[in-house]
Amino acid sequence: MSEVTGTSRVKRGMAEMLKGGVIMDVVNAEQAKIAEDAGAVAVMALERVPADIRAQGGVARMSDPSMIEEIQRAVSIPVMAKARIGHFAEAQILQVLGVDYIDESEVLTPADYENHIDKWNFTVPFVCGATNLGEALRRINEGAAMIRSKGEAGTGDVSNATTHIRKITGEIRRLTSMREDELYVAAKELQAPYALVKEVAETGKLPVVLFTAGGIATPADASMMMQLGADGVFIGSGIFKSGNPAERASACVKATTFFDDPKVVAQVSRGLGDAMVGINVSDIPVPHRLAERGW
Amino acid sequence: MKKRVGVLALQGDVREHSRAIQQSGAVSVSVKRQEDLASIDALIIPGGESTTIGKLLRIFELLDPLKKSISEGLPVFGTCAGMILLAKDVIDGSHGQETIGTMDITVRRNAFGRQVDSFEKSLDLSNIGAGSLTAVFIRAPWIEKQGSNVQALASVESGNESHRESHVVLARQDRQLAASFHPEILEGQRYEVHEYFIREVAS
Repeated sequence: MSEVTGTSRVKRGMAEMLKGGVIMDVVNAEQAKIAEDAGAVAVMALERVPADIRAQGGVARMSDPSMIEEIQRAVSIPVMAKARIGHFAEAQILQVLGVDYIDESEVLTPADYENHIDKWNFTVPFVCGATNLGEALRRINEGAAMIRSKGEAGTGDVSNATTHIRKITGEIRRLTSMREDELYVAAKELQAPYALVKEVAETGKLPVVLFTAGGIATPADASMMMQLGADGVFIGSGIFKSGNPAERASACVKATTFFDDPKVVAQVSRGLGDAMVGINVSDIPVPHRLAERGW
Repeated sequence: MKKRVGVLALQGDVREHSRAIQQSGAVSVSVKRQEDLASIDALIIPGGESTTIGKLLRIFELLDPLKKSISEGLPVFGTCAGMILLAKDVIDGSHGQETIGTMDITVRRNAFGRQVDSFEKSLDLSNIGAGSLTAVFIRAPWIEKQGSNVQALASVESGNESHRESHVVLARQDRQLAASFHPEILEGQRYEVHEYFIREVAS
């Protein structure tokens, strides 16, 4: 047998290798190096972190390819990049650039309000956001090889991330307690394919790795998400919008590994300087909330 | 009595290795701290991000104890990032990348390319008394050079039609075993590489 690229095992396997790690948003080579030195398992290359997208407004799109390439040259760890929801041409470009993972992300302005990208058509793997189990399974059905629960990106307010990771893991637990003949209706209610619903009911977990994202800003936030069942965390604005990015990045990495040891989390939480100032999600008008994008 | 096989649980696909250990008839133990080393008969270093695991080994003071234990004969098996961490020398590592460095191999990191180049391929494992297995290579390293005390157990070819090169992807040095690929992520079959490690390397 010759070599086969882009199989589900290769795509999902890549995400398995990121487990227990922190993926950090970076906007230039210098930040990417800080993230790598702090022990990030991957970086997300983007032009503006969510906090700035929120502050500056306007349409947020895929980053300039030269900026992504600059980051690829700067670090040896995997480089991810974001495409707009449904924007398969942006995804085609990112694949040509050789990014290691594409995030079809609600943080950018959606390009299609009905369809997501058909991710089976790509060799590069995709991660997609979800607020509930049905949304996660719809993305997996479209070929997503990794799921991240959504939070409210760019706020530093972890409450939405908590809601969504609890929602997804809670719905998984509910499926595992159901009789087999109840799963048909469960699939209907979740608006998800029956085969995936049955698989989750049998295994008690998603068929792909589940990270969490959105509003995570402290080592304690990372620890909490891991204790709630996340396989790892994305930290966006939380690091480079804080007073001491290198220290905070390193502290979040340690807290993610030792999430279940409060002594370690306490130790690494000392003297990190100012966390990002943040915005309370409840102060953001509903039409401006990013987590609600995705269908 | 069943062997107790540790999995270094700082980062990476720890769960998959635990499953493979249990299905191969041993007890899986999570290793995060120095004191965890005392109670294990063998250790697996999982797939993951080698720079991250290396830094955490240093920060949480596991690097030197591991060097010592492995040098004194603790059987160890590294997959992918684990292979990099066992290697004496790393080509294309991150700046100042530290490894445990107990195995006399020079490993090229991300040797097969980026994630779009990651692949699976049938691999002949007759050298370890196993059949063939679907080997999954994810941003995988290969062994570029090995010492005379290192035994090459499996290889794959890369390159284009005019220029093919063979690279070692499974190797053993006494009680140390290293694989470029991920035998732990397969499901629904025997874990023959883990069985070989537990039965032969850690005997």
